[in-house]
Amino acid sequence: MRLRRRLAGFSAMGGPPLAVILLCLAVWEGLVRWRHVPEYILPGPLRIAAALGESWPTLFSSLLFTLAVTGEALLAAVILGAGLAVLLAQSRWIERSFFPLAVVLQVTPIVAVAPLLLIWIHNVRLALVVCAGIVAFFPMVANTTLGLNSADHNLLDLLRLYGASRWQVFRRVRLPSALPYFLGGLRISGGLALIGAVVAELVAGSGGTETGLAYRILESGYNLEIPRMFAALALLSAAGVLLWAALSGLSWLLLHRWHESAVRREG
Amino acid sequence: MLGEPPLGTEPIIRLRQVEQRFAGGVTALAGLDLDVRPGEWLSLLGPSGCGKSTALRLIAGLSQPTAGSVERRLPGTNAIGFVFQEPTLMPWATVEANIALPLQILGVPRTEIRARVGGLIERVGLAGFERARPRELSGGMKMRVSIARALVAAPRLLLLDEPFAALDEITRSRLNDDLLALWQAQGFTVVFVTHSVWESVYLSTRIAVFSARPGRVMAEVVVDAPAPRGGDFRESATYLSTCRQVSEKLAEAMR
Repeated sequence: MRLRRRLAGFSAMGGPPLAVILLCLAVWEGLVRWRHVPEYILPGPLRIAAALGESWPTLFSSLLFTLAVTGEALLAAVILGAGLAVLLAQSRWIERSFFPLAVVLQVTPIVAVAPLLLIWIHNVRLALVVCAGIVAFFPMVANTTLGLNSADHNLLDLLRLYGASRWQVFRRVRLPSALPYFLGGLRISGGLALIGAVVAELVAGSGGTETGLAYRILESGYNLEIPRMFAALALLSAAGVLLWAALSGLSWLLLHRWHESAVRREG
Repeated sequence: MLGEPPLGTEPIIRLRQVEQRFAGGVTALAGLDLDVRPGEWLSLLGPSGCGKSTALRLIAGLSQPTAGSVERRLPGTNAIGFVFQEPTLMPWATVEANIALPLQILGVPRTEIRARVGGLIERVGLAGFERARPRELSGGMKMRVSIARALVAAPRLLLLDEPFAALDEITRSRLNDDLLALWQAQGFTVVFVTHSVWESVYLSTRIAVFSARPGRVMAEVVVDAPAPRGGDFRESATYLSTCRQVSEKLAEAMR
């Protein structure tokens, strides 16, 4: 009985996705061994794990660098993006005037802008943060603006009835109404900031004095150290998943008491 | 046509020849005359889309008429309480916090807010649900929160826009009785929008029957029955004859 219950708990927690991942890795390893695929074309998972172990100190410090760039870019995008959204939400006129600029920023591919930024900004690390920040910026602006404008109109009327100030309306109704949208944007921006950081570093070809995972991938490619390349790639994926999980956790923490998106349905 | 007001009761709201035309070209109200007298329970009765809710928003000052005048003799910003068709609660806030909202806006000190909200929660039958969020409540309970929020600032005039339209019959009749008891105990004035003849006769001291759009008051019926009204009143001859009278007026108004 207890075993069965524990198995049930396991499957509810995340057993199935874990099993699928393990199965894929096993098939991968099996194919590589059976077909004798050379490791400079496709190394097996065990070889990659070994490479990860060998280069752990370098790869780990590179991971920290990439995460730091991502984090700083995300922070900047959140502050500037949410700030601009608050400005845009003040009037339709302001929104109509400034929103197209944000769209231009969004649709221009960052790979194309990065070389320019690297010329303008001499500090390479700062240039990376700016690149990643630009990519992460738009979802913050778009989602937060949508959220601020989607407050219940009757609730806004009610506040007007009691003579609420602009600030009171903002703090009591608009801001909390925008929270779910803001958090949705944050999850998207988190992933985009990581992508932006990697793309910018690939364009830069180096991370300045410090080096991120993207450069490690390039470096391993030049040296035909394909297992190490895969190891860096695996770390990048892990970082992305971790970031997403952390932001989802934050979202759940703030919303699970009241918002439909985070409430667990019973029955 | 208009019934003479009782002596010494100046209307607190006076609408004269009010017209409301919307940007889309729809005329919701035209030539509306309406007085609201202190202490009465006035129901605005009419078919849906006849401009009753528009009239209520004009009374509240939430919109301005395109023509005519709206006079309001009420003191301060806490004089009007409004209950919408939907509960219109803040989903992120607890029952307590939702009810406290008007007082926070008005800048009432925290300790006083706590005392007033606590007392009111008791009276509207929400005891034990202080810390619950709206989504954990039934439709009727949400409406109770909405009513408590409208009453918390001790308004002189309570405006209700078909507040119980979405509720089941049993919940609806219980909320009606509770609201009636609060009205009798506290002596505020009520303007109640409804499309139910039976509900309006049961609750009101006076009924204004609206015509179809563009809306105006076609007839007024005074419901002459003493408080407290209860189950007995629903079976009384007065109730039934008044219902018949109001139904006839409504049928005439819709022609």
